[in-house]
Amino acid sequence: MAQPSLKVITKEQQGSGESVEQALYEVRRKIYPRAVRGWFAAWRWALVWATQLLFYGGAWLTWNGRQAVLFEIAQRKFYIFGLVFWPQDIIYLTVLLVIAALSLFLFTAIAGRLWCGYACPQTVYTEIFLWVEKLIEGDRAKRIRLDRSGLSLEKFLRKGAKHAVWIALALWTGFTFVGYFTPIRALWHDVWSASTGPWATFWILFYGFATYGNAGWMREQVCKYMCPYARFQSAMFDRDTLIITYDPERGEPRGPRARNIDYRAKGLGDCVDCGVCVQVCPTGIDIRNGLQYECIGCAACIDGCNQVMDKMGYSRGLIRYSTEHAMENKLGRAEMFRRVFRPRSLIYIAILVGIVVAAGVSLALRVPLKLDVIRDRAAIAREVAGGEIENVYRLQIINTTEKARRFEISVSGLHDIHLAGPAEVEVGAASSLVEPLKARVHAEREHLTPGTYRIEFEVRALDDKRVKAEEKSVFIVR
Amino acid sequence: MSQFSSSFWDFYISIIVLVSVIACGVFLKMQSVRKVAGDSTETTGHTWDEDLGEYNNPLPRWWMWLFYITIVFALVYLALYPGLGSWKGLLGWSEVGQLKQEEARADALYGPIFDKYAKEDLVALAKDPRALAIGQKLFLNNCAQCHASDGGGSRGFPNLTDNDWLYGGEPKTIEQTITNGRNGVMPPWGPVLGAEGVKDAAAYVISLSGGAADSIRVARGREIFAKNCFACHGADAKGNHAIGAPNLTDKTWLYGGGEPTIIETITKGRQGHMPAWKGTLSPAKIHLLAAYVYSLSHGAPPGQ
Repeated sequence: MAQPSLKVITKEQQGSGESVEQALYEVRRKIYPRAVRGWFAAWRWALVWATQLLFYGGAWLTWNGRQAVLFEIAQRKFYIFGLVFWPQDIIYLTVLLVIAALSLFLFTAIAGRLWCGYACPQTVYTEIFLWVEKLIEGDRAKRIRLDRSGLSLEKFLRKGAKHAVWIALALWTGFTFVGYFTPIRALWHDVWSASTGPWATFWILFYGFATYGNAGWMREQVCKYMCPYARFQSAMFDRDTLIITYDPERGEPRGPRARNIDYRAKGLGDCVDCGVCVQVCPTGIDIRNGLQYECIGCAACIDGCNQVMDKMGYSRGLIRYSTEHAMENKLGRAEMFRRVFRPRSLIYIAILVGIVVAAGVSLALRVPLKLDVIRDRAAIAREVAGGEIENVYRLQIINTTEKARRFEISVSGLHDIHLAGPAEVEVGAASSLVEPLKARVHAEREHLTPGTYRIEFEVRALDDKRVKAEEKSVFIVR
Repeated sequence: MSQFSSSFWDFYISIIVLVSVIACGVFLKMQSVRKVAGDSTETTGHTWDEDLGEYNNPLPRWWMWLFYITIVFALVYLALYPGLGSWKGLLGWSEVGQLKQEEARADALYGPIFDKYAKEDLVALAKDPRALAIGQKLFLNNCAQCHASDGGGSRGFPNLTDNDWLYGGEPKTIEQTITNGRNGVMPPWGPVLGAEGVKDAAAYVISLSGGAADSIRVARGREIFAKNCFACHGADAKGNHAIGAPNLTDKTWLYGGGEPTIIETITKGRQGHMPAWKGTLSPAKIHLLAAYVYSLSHGAPPGQ
């Protein structure tokens, strides 16, 4: 459980006592998180709704007569509403990941594991699965009793119903996920006619199984043992990071008491030791032991404790978001929140804004045309009638807009260089064309000694002069 | 395993692999439980620097089972697939076998498409845009290295777009050229004719296609041609499709039509080699390819 990894052992403790068998692998203790209501739980549910409406619904939106968000791996085209990305646009994915990473750093520096507590799919799906579990099996106490009871028809039916709903939800999730990579409407028909391809079937079942296993069975084990982020988050914390904190000075010494007595006279703190904060914790820790790596920052203990404080008539906030600094120096809320704007977070914000603006400008100025020039390798240069030298190139012209376009091709960089043959091509909507081209130069010029000359191809859309692309190549004379 | 001369290495590898896998399981079992002093069960029992102990932060039990699963997986894998010396595996899988399987699957899938084209007339195919699109892909993958991606050829590699043929441009002949390849040989005449004789012959050859040449040399060259060259290039110098002897009266030159080049050609001879594609490409593919080549000099090539 939550404890440091090293301990100081005194001389007397060493080498004394009999030897005892000790298991180096522990049996998992099942956690029965108690449902909780409150401000933070409401926020989490708001985010569950927001993320899941986006996820389950987003795949069904249409745009320009096609799926609005579709990462079509088979065609290597990635549609996000009006934008069409090609594998060559990988830089935008890089930028997106950099933005995501920096945002994570920023949020974590300011208020700890916000991502873990509210938006991480592991949290979100566990929340949904717990809600199903509560609906069918009841809350914590009932679930514990059900698990301890012997086999009965009721147990069988309740468990069966729960797993049926879980599996349905999980399959729906797997289906939706795959629906972002292959058109979801066609996939829907395939599913109902049982004619999905082998890979679509595999991935639907794979992601379905991952959802069912992780949100239904693994739960906090994923956060505790598998997630690397849980382990490196502490590098982003500092003394002014808002973390979920138990106030021991106010709470201790803890202990049960009757509601209307003067507990301070009996030497007790505000903590009634009811254990609600432990019961609601999805990772099964006791927040009163201080910050622990298992804490995913879900704030369920804050909501739980506040309910108890309200019942007892004590002020809220025995467990609350606070900072190490604020706890030590007894800073007020205003002072604590002012420290959100410290150099670390300001630098993160500045970098983030810079990258977002740069990415936005780059997207806005993106030319929907890509050009690649491939020079014939073996056929170096040939003489053609009329004393001209000819080099052969293949131009790959990629039209990234969703309408067919005509392009004009020209070549420059060498005196009297020109194209042999037509210099206009049409490229279909969101497709590419490989056009063989011959560039010619009159060879009888005295200054044209054998060698390599730098030339440049330009491709320009006929209907929009701004849509053009240049690409360098070489012309060989021999 | 042919590089190993004895079966010793089979046993060597098998024993090392099996012992390693089983040892992993044994060590895993040994390391799952340990005996420690009774009053320090919360630590692992090690003590460093006199008083520093390590708390026992155990991994979950399911994690340990994952380790055992990998061992079972390894043993099943080694039974099914070749991994132990010369053991072929219960599934009989091999890389070559997999390739053959994939080829068979591709043949079953695409074979009918090619078969349909294989039955069609080549001249008709040369007007079918879909057939030409396939032909162009085949051409770019197999032929463009020498004949350039537009089919225009290069020095020593014939231009396929000009309807001037070394071996004849009939559909059947093109198909045959691709299937069996061609070897064009011009013998070296330098030792026979001598330097002056070669110059005379070159002057005559230049004059055949209307080039300017010394008339005395042309006259001498005409005699040399009539004695030596006519056998292949014909008395009228219009070439011979049967052996791929080029027509010398036109302005199409395989190796170049300048005087120095022609002298070099006559002196040293030329060796032209077009490889046979019958082992690499199926007859149906060659048929499509021939249609594409035919189309290059008979109407618009595809993509335009």
